[in-house]
Amino acid sequence: MDQFTLNLIVVGASFALYFGIAFWARAGSTSEFYAASQGVPPVMNGMATAADWMSAASFISMAGLIAFGGYNNSVFLMGWTGGYVLLALLLAPYLRKFGKFTVPEFVGDRFYSTSARMVAVICLLVISITYVIGQMVGVGVTFARFLEVSTTTGLLIGSAVVFAYAVFGGMKGITYTQVAQYVVLIIAYTIPALFISLQLTGNFLPQLGLIGGYAPSSTPDDFFLHKLDQVVTELGFAAYTADTPNMFNMFLVTMSLMIGTAGLPHVIIRFFTVPKVSDARSSAGWALVFIALLYTVAPAVGSMARLNITTTFWPGAIEGSAFDKPALSVEEINTNPELSWILNWQKTGLLVFEDKNGDGLIQYFNEKPALAAANKALADANKALAEAPADADKAALEAKVTEAKAALDAALADPANGLNGKSLAEQGLVGNELTTVNNDIMVLANPEIAKLPGWVIALVAAGALAAALSTAAGLLLAISSAISHDLIKGALKPDISEKGELLWARISMAFAIVLATWLGLDPPGFAAQVVALAFGLAAATIFPVLMMGIFSTRVTKEGAIAGMLVGLITTSVYIFLYLGWFFVPGTNMFPNTPDAHFLGISPAAFGPIGALLNFAVAYIVSGMTKAPPQDVQDLIQSIRVPKGAGAAQAH
Amino acid sequence: MADKTSSNAYWAANIRVITISMVIWFVCSFGLGIILRPALSGISIGGADLGFWFAQNGSIYVFLVLIFAYAAKMNKLDKEHGVQE
Repeated sequence: MDQFTLNLIVVGASFALYFGIAFWARAGSTSEFYAASQGVPPVMNGMATAADWMSAASFISMAGLIAFGGYNNSVFLMGWTGGYVLLALLLAPYLRKFGKFTVPEFVGDRFYSTSARMVAVICLLVISITYVIGQMVGVGVTFARFLEVSTTTGLLIGSAVVFAYAVFGGMKGITYTQVAQYVVLIIAYTIPALFISLQLTGNFLPQLGLIGGYAPSSTPDDFFLHKLDQVVTELGFAAYTADTPNMFNMFLVTMSLMIGTAGLPHVIIRFFTVPKVSDARSSAGWALVFIALLYTVAPAVGSMARLNITTTFWPGAIEGSAFDKPALSVEEINTNPELSWILNWQKTGLLVFEDKNGDGLIQYFNEKPALAAANKALADANKALAEAPADADKAALEAKVTEAKAALDAALADPANGLNGKSLAEQGLVGNELTTVNNDIMVLANPEIAKLPGWVIALVAAGALAAALSTAAGLLLAISSAISHDLIKGALKPDISEKGELLWARISMAFAIVLATWLGLDPPGFAAQVVALAFGLAAATIFPVLMMGIFSTRVTKEGAIAGMLVGLITTSVYIFLYLGWFFVPGTNMFPNTPDAHFLGISPAAFGPIGALLNFAVAYIVSGMTKAPPQDVQDLIQSIRVPKGAGAAQAH
Repeated sequence: MADKTSSNAYWAANIRVITISMVIWFVCSFGLGIILRPALSGISIGGADLGFWFAQNGSIYVFLVLIFAYAAKMNKLDKEHGVQE
């Protein structure tokens, strides 16, 4: 059976499973639609939360980010798990005790103000809509690669699938589908990891393989991480375990991801579905158990895939130094069936090689900045010459090309830009010949690089789709409940019947799917940038307002509104200054480079600063305004104790 | 709701548990994983140093134990103060 048929069967079977579950668990009331009747067992809710939380970014991109970023990108590992500690300790039990359906509803009741509720709705919509775009793009890319359709077609199929089960199933259908999706995605992620860890380190568990010995080596105490560091530094890359260039920024990014995680509405509402307050606490723990199964494996997947791909191009590196044997030849790529994945991925543009010096070998290494700049200058000069109109001054353009060529030759002859202790010119090299290695390759092509059987590859496709679809469904639910429950029932039409509200919940979800699909058709680069915005805003708006609502009796509605607005505005403006106003390319006021960042703070690291400003403004304004009324004081006292939480309903 | 003094004592105990847990949360991630990494670079663990391992694996294990320990401690506190469900 060929790979395409196998992919189709495995992905088709997983979709049939999701539809079956959604039909069995379809929602009949608003309570079922918004919170699955608060009858989901904590372990199962933990599993659903894990699938809800682990998105296309976690499944497809994170291992690659860690593989190439090394220690510095540990921020994702700590940030996206540490947030659950904050959820369990600071938010989940109290919000479950509050016992209603949405995050803005809590803000509205605690801060006795419809305006506060509407500001929370705005923050929620900005966060969730930006986040859902990334998921839709992930669905499109995965379909395009594994089912051989265009990205646009893939996106449309994905939207139709989400539409089918999310609109009818509501929270109840989504929850049980997410449980199935979790099982699919975790199997798909760990099976290749177990095989590869065994191959490379002799350890079955990737967590132990990461800190274990390197199996192909003849010396027993040669560690896997030592081998990886040796190979990549030989080729001019930074060591995998190298320290961070900016500790302060790393600290802030980690903090931003942690409090951003705790402030994401689609994650918070999952804790409204469990029967009791004590279940909300343990459910956060179970969620982290299921998330940790993927997150503790991810650094092993990333680092091992990186070593595998590097030794594929430098076979000498398996036993000794990369330069002990010649680099991989083009002929080998074209004829060896075990390497056919290189040509397959070359077609997608995620992995691109080019024999620049014509020696029939593909030399993969890191170009030093001076050399990379010289190469780019020559390419630019050639391009200007080729594109020049007929009446242009050809002589001047040709002179520029000659000048750039001379500069490149000088850079190639400079031993400072060399490799293996010699200048590139001496070795007949002109530059790195594996010109593109996309981060996502590390997971998507991982089974092929490690020569695993075809059904494992099909499973990875199903897993990537499960990760993207489950997160998209959770986000769409958060969006639709904010519109139907907070905006329509809470403000515009309070006397709406339950049946009418349920209809509106479904209409607004359908609308959200159409909007997300339409935005997902935009260039994918857009999605990568907006994730920083989603986390930054969740950290600077939702998290502080919820925390103050629970832990302070003194913060007033004026304080909460002012705080949220300050967090929202400062964080988005800081991000827009570096990434462009509303992400329109070219409208950024400063270049997005470490030198230009204010105090070295990157846009992705601004969340905690926005949160601090939110807290400060809220306390100052609250101090100047009248304390919250008695019934709000009673509400705060009541959410602080578990006793008296709404009884669980039969499920 | 339980009477005022009892619920005040419960809340104070709750804050104490949260504070201790937050210190552990901070030390295992931001402390050992980031700030103290250069100072602890002498301690090696399987081909890397202690701080590197905490940043990539160790802190996650600590988070897990921490949440379950917190949940168990709070269930005990709920009963002691008579505010359990």
